[in-house]
Amino acid sequence: MATKLPKVPVVVVGMGWAGGIVASELTKAGISVVGLERGKDRNSSDYMMAHDELRYQHREELMQDLSKETITSRNNEKMRALPMRDYGTFIVGDGVGGAGSHWNGQTYRFLPYDFEIKTMTEERYGADKISPDMPLQNWGITYDEIEPYYDTFEKMAGISGETVEGFGYGPRSNPYPTGPMLKTPIMELFETATKNLGYSPYILPSGNLSEAYENPDGISRAACQYCAYCENFGCEYGAKADPAVTVIPVAKQTGNLDLRTHSNVTEILNDGVKATGVLYVDTITGEEFEQPAEVVVVASYVFNNVRLLLNSGLGRPYNSADQTGSIGKNYCYQVSSASSMMFFEGKEFNLYGGAGALGIEIPDFVGDAFDHSELNFLHGAGIRVTQYGNRPIANNVVPAGTPAWGAEFKAASIKYANSFFPVKSQGASMPHRYNYLDLDPEYKDAYGKPLLRMTFDYTEQDRELVKYISKVTHKIAEEIGADIIQTNEEQGAFNVNKDTNTHNTGGVIMGADPETSAVNSYLQMWDAENVFVVGASAFPHNSAFNPTVTLGALSYRAAEGIQRFLKEGGSLV
Amino acid sequence: MADNSNMQTGKKGTTRRDFLKNSGLTVGGVVLGGAIGSLFGGGSTATTQETAPAAPALTVNPSAALMFFTPDQYKLAAAAAERIYPKDDNGPGAMELNAAIYIDHQLAGAWGINSKEYMAGPFYKAEETQGSQIRILRKDLFVMGLAALNTYSNKNFDANFADLEAEQQDEVLTAFSEDKAPEISKVRSGIFFNLLRSLTIEGVYADPLYGGNKEMQGWAMRKYPGTRLSFAKEIQNSDFVQLDPESLTSHMGH
Repeated sequence: MATKLPKVPVVVVGMGWAGGIVASELTKAGISVVGLERGKDRNSSDYMMAHDELRYQHREELMQDLSKETITSRNNEKMRALPMRDYGTFIVGDGVGGAGSHWNGQTYRFLPYDFEIKTMTEERYGADKISPDMPLQNWGITYDEIEPYYDTFEKMAGISGETVEGFGYGPRSNPYPTGPMLKTPIMELFETATKNLGYSPYILPSGNLSEAYENPDGISRAACQYCAYCENFGCEYGAKADPAVTVIPVAKQTGNLDLRTHSNVTEILNDGVKATGVLYVDTITGEEFEQPAEVVVVASYVFNNVRLLLNSGLGRPYNSADQTGSIGKNYCYQVSSASSMMFFEGKEFNLYGGAGALGIEIPDFVGDAFDHSELNFLHGAGIRVTQYGNRPIANNVVPAGTPAWGAEFKAASIKYANSFFPVKSQGASMPHRYNYLDLDPEYKDAYGKPLLRMTFDYTEQDRELVKYISKVTHKIAEEIGADIIQTNEEQGAFNVNKDTNTHNTGGVIMGADPETSAVNSYLQMWDAENVFVVGASAFPHNSAFNPTVTLGALSYRAAEGIQRFLKEGGSLV
Repeated sequence: MADNSNMQTGKKGTTRRDFLKNSGLTVGGVVLGGAIGSLFGGGSTATTQETAPAAPALTVNPSAALMFFTPDQYKLAAAAAERIYPKDDNGPGAMELNAAIYIDHQLAGAWGINSKEYMAGPFYKAEETQGSQIRILRKDLFVMGLAALNTYSNKNFDANFADLEAEQQDEVLTAFSEDKAPEISKVRSGIFFNLLRSLTIEGVYADPLYGGNKEMQGWAMRKYPGTRLSFAKEIQNSDFVQLDPESLTSHMGH
């Protein structure tokens, strides 16, 4: 029997970027917030031994414990979904900071085109350009409307970067708060080659500070040391923007945040139109608690946001048969197979150093910056060279045809250890009728609740995009002039243990129409006005860029909406 | 007399330099007594009654002992790992780098019993795209895999794996890697092989704190400087800057 606790104004589920931003904004405004986080508390002292490739990258120290909760996956409805038993692809965060602790820090804004993709595609190419199986939607918010929130996030996190003009990139009200990251020799090779080809390279925007920075909340952080331990790791310098060193300390300092760690929410209590609170388990003692609240903010990872709503009977579950309902709809991913690996003879780079958001990119093939009239896909990809730092267990790249083990493997992997890098890409992911999330009929989590089931595969759109973009990566690699170039032009089937991107989006999408979306532009649920579902779960499609800054901007907007709702009540739009 | 309490308590994070500084002694090639003498590996016999007994000098790596394998299993794992990552002109192979010690330690711990994996049933046959669906724990699969290496070796070459010629060992491992060896308790032989391969790579390149990558020689071979705190100075250099490796012990006491 759950212990019923006193009612609070706001309860937040999950203390990553989304929950951290909401908690910070509300507590600064004097509103009491209970923050429930299933994992442990964290600060930078947790990261003093973070330069441990085995523990953090290959044993997933910062990630969700899959023995308690995972997803099941299948490529199509004919298959039986099976649990992702160990990590291979998505690395879902856990603990205070969430995925915002282990992220790389790449912080591109989405394009104006992204927010009005349906209208802009129809205007330029006609309605027939969008396949009936592609439920493409406008977001219910324009770039100009979201711009101030982007600006707020960038100032809070101290984003380093350089302004891009043209190519459909949205105007900025302010320059980036800190200058771009350093340019390394491999970035210079990419820069020269792409300029020679007529493209317009820019240093990618980074949440790893290029210089010491104090943000408007008074949080001071040190500059990045290019130590190569971002991706999968926490930053002991606090140079990498992380909720645990930015928004959460600010919320704690107000005295208005009641942060409860090891608290796993299993259900949002509701009567179908209004939530009354949440049910959670203390994962250390096993005790169960009911936390009543005026407003419930669901701010966990994409997967758990969707699962919690479905397990709580909130909103209308998506049905692929007649395309009704919205919870679980428009699950999207990204398309990153187009790439050209380059090997260099007799040339070594200092690839042991790097940072998660150290890289250079061209804007020429994203969004609608190029004509899609004769192409069988929409949107495009960012084409880039990055330098994360080549940690030795993960980076044993050898030319095709080299055996995967033994004498030849060892010799080649050592020979090229500091002499390879790819021109790679990250492509947008368009929604598809049969790519969605729902509850698994068979498998349960540690608390007896059904796991989330993912039905997803790459589509013709994705395969065409990869074919097209890979040719550009090849052209750039040839211009760079590597000794061996290996280009991948094929997009295979989605493989839950082989793909390597944790940019999952959708499932609780935003929009202007309650029939086709789950939340409005304040991420307030159409069907339960005191529930706000915050995160990349709100994206109606996924762009070619990393999702965090857009997720962060929407979190600031949601926080504003929650304050209004507490005063006025009712639907905010 | 010297106060060598630091030495006796084995205070964490105390470096040799700190110790010498704290001890108040100067070092000039002079024999300073039993404790410091043994620290330097010197052959001092000048211990007096007043000096506290020295901690025994460790002449071997204390981590190089077994917590999981039997000695025969260890020998077999070391031989197999050596073929994955053999000694060559670049430097030592997996055997010399203590990769099998690393494997032993990993299988003995939480990872060996799949503690962070979803292990609830049922276990169905998976499509290629759905990842591993194996109920057998890693520690059990690995030991069964080692036994299967010997069975296969005896059947084809009339000897245990560890006693075969390198070329014969490679033939055996190739058969396992290509799923041509018999299944191991219904698990494809290639799955065991992949476990052996990835553990060997980890054992060669993980931080030495885990028992492998002996003296950071795995890192040195590929000019990897280890887990240094900053590469801000080197990262823009157009010439390759080779640095001596540092392991996580260098982060202690920060």
